[in-house]
Amino acid sequence: MTAASPDRSFLRAALGHPAFVIGFALSLLFIALALVSFVWTPFDPTKLAIANKLKTPTFEHWFGTDHFGRDMFSMIMVGARVSIAVAFVAVGIGMLIGVPLGLYAAARRGSLVDEVIMRGNDLVFAFPSLLLAIMITAVFGPGAVNAIIAIGIFNVPVFARLARGAALSLWTRDFVLAARVAGKTRARISAEHILPNIANLLIVQGTIQFSLAILAEAALAYVGLGAQPPLPSWGRMLADAQTLISLAPHMALFPGFAIIITVLGLNLMGDGLRDLFDPKLRRGR
Amino acid sequence: MTNKPIAAAAVSLLALGLALGVTPAAAARMDATIGMQLEPPNLDPTGGAAAAIDEVVYANVFEGLTRFGADGSILPALAKSWEISDDGLTYTFMLNEGVKFHDGTDFDAEDVKFSLDRARADDSTNAQKALFADIASVDVVDPATVKVTLSKPNGSFLFNMAWGDAVIVAPESAADNAAKPVGTGPFKLNEWVKGDRVELGRYDGYWGTPVKLDKVTFKFISDPTAAFAAMMADDIDAYPTFPAPENLVQFESDPRFEVIIGSSEGETILAMNNKQAPLDNVKVRQAVAHAIDRQAIIDGAMFGYGTPIGTHFAPHNPAYVDLTAQSAYDPEKSKALLAEAGVSDLTLSLKLPPPSYARRGGEIIAAQLRDVGIETEITNVEWAQWLDDVFKAKNFDLTIVSHTEPMDIGIYGRDDYYFQYGDADFKAIMADLDKATDPAKRTELMQAAQKKIADDYVNGYLFQLARTGVSNAKLKGIWPNSPTQANDMTGVYWED
Repeated sequence: MTAASPDRSFLRAALGHPAFVIGFALSLLFIALALVSFVWTPFDPTKLAIANKLKTPTFEHWFGTDHFGRDMFSMIMVGARVSIAVAFVAVGIGMLIGVPLGLYAAARRGSLVDEVIMRGNDLVFAFPSLLLAIMITAVFGPGAVNAIIAIGIFNVPVFARLARGAALSLWTRDFVLAARVAGKTRARISAEHILPNIANLLIVQGTIQFSLAILAEAALAYVGLGAQPPLPSWGRMLADAQTLISLAPHMALFPGFAIIITVLGLNLMGDGLRDLFDPKLRRGR
Repeated sequence: MTNKPIAAAAVSLLALGLALGVTPAAAARMDATIGMQLEPPNLDPTGGAAAAIDEVVYANVFEGLTRFGADGSILPALAKSWEISDDGLTYTFMLNEGVKFHDGTDFDAEDVKFSLDRARADDSTNAQKALFADIASVDVVDPATVKVTLSKPNGSFLFNMAWGDAVIVAPESAADNAAKPVGTGPFKLNEWVKGDRVELGRYDGYWGTPVKLDKVTFKFISDPTAAFAAMMADDIDAYPTFPAPENLVQFESDPRFEVIIGSSEGETILAMNNKQAPLDNVKVRQAVAHAIDRQAIIDGAMFGYGTPIGTHFAPHNPAYVDLTAQSAYDPEKSKALLAEAGVSDLTLSLKLPPPSYARRGGEIIAAQLRDVGIETEITNVEWAQWLDDVFKAKNFDLTIVSHTEPMDIGIYGRDDYYFQYGDADFKAIMADLDKATDPAKRTELMQAAQKKIADDYVNGYLFQLARTGVSNAKLKGIWPNSPTQANDMTGVYWED
């Protein structure tokens, strides 16, 4: 690896990593679907046409129609937007709160603040995440915003732990010692030296958490606590399809595939990123 | 060739089948398994309001003086006949003789007096004490005759005595009926496996026409998908109120099953909060009513099962007036009315309880309201939340619910009722109705009441919930309608 063009070599390594390529392509496909849905969908996904209900896929309706005659493909496009938006904001909340908490705890290792932060995280972590989300939406009412908050909250300890663990090992390194000798404050060291060095880990974890958040959003929507109608949502599309599964299997298949493919794509991409970021594995290639 | 061994195996299996099971099956089956959505909390119809109690024990385990027939008519039961005095105050019941309770004790006039006095006592836990409110005294004339004196004439006394809440119990066993019901009916309790099923067995000492089944099992399956699978696998023989209308199409196309479509007492309405602006304006309520396409809701949410209604009254009732035309689907008129009322950019909350008529119907209504320029904010709620938030706290604009009590138009006269109508003129009509005894006059008043609430567009009247059931095609005698909450198994039998 030449120091002159690290970007190009990273790109070459990435393109040579099949899991990453497939994962990235699948994720990109759904992000593209979501983005396109802002300007164009084949049909209005909220327009009912009862007379046209439960149609199997045709050239006109690529994924068929649901029990209200709505176009399934349009719904999946808008549903992708909802899933991605909820997952992105929720993981963002988790990172924005969790990473500073973890860095702070690491900088004050062994102090009372460290203990309070990490035991607080353990407390949130100890709750089954979905149960916590159901609790929050049950108290504050169902809806996309509350789903985001709920999923965001249980992402906090994940990032806090990861950031603290990774930061702790860096605090003993010589370049950090040098920075301390130079008189930099702990906060500056965390921001200027620690954070850039753990960014890779955070991005990998973020990708994995993103796929988990999409699953969590679908699960919440499935039990009726996610985005409320008429906004389409993959989880609710599955719930709607449940009693119709023997009559109109396409109603369950397409949102099911959408969830599987997106989550699979994000996981493959996360795995690939971890390999690519890992210096040991890269040198081995 | 591999075909030969397979064919041989098939033949031997067939032979085995003939030898083992097929011949005895020619005799009619003597047991039936009935699917129900909810499990009863206890089995004492005189001590609980849950419909599931009556759905297990009514006519099967317990009997009253009179009873409902399949068509809703009042038939003799433990009383074989009765005489009514000219002033309508004294009812003399002649009781059937030789009747025994399941524990072997005799039934006589003392049991009737005990049961009625117990139900109307101050400390009674009966869920329908109003049924007994007009009774002044119950007197035993002789062991087979009982005389009931009323404090004022009551045209529906025999109807009241047919309710599941008015069944006759024995003083020896009444206290334990919740777990160990002891009645006079043709079936007695064999076993109650909580969370799963109630098994009833034939009571050989039954006084009346012997029943044709040896054993009836009520199995509780609340999930529609599981209920569908259980029917398809022949694990249950009938599901009289099947929770998922979308599956009925598949049952209809399968010759093994018979789909039973009847009427229920469930008026399904889009309830509006009449005291909440801007729904306190009759023009806005009328606009909402005209924005609704009932047929689309019946087709989309109920897969075609349901009868459109234009007022809060069951269409199978002889006094029903069809007022659907008054609030016919007319989006243009709806927009004009909103403009007239000076309302624009309207956003209303729409709270939906769990049943599919509400959840699915709500999405359809939201789309229909959007077409006339009314936005809705849908919130799906559980029943407990609905009761707290909508029914008690009245914190809603719109909600969808089916009112399943029979003859419940009187709720419109209640001031504190959740949709908050309580109009004075309507209350006057109801007061007149309570006093009237002449059938023609009563019909006239009931129709006036129906028209009044339709004229005031109190709620959006959607459809009468159909009672959609499914049964094995060979199982006969299941009630198509539900004049009361019951699964009367006394006339059910297997056809050869």
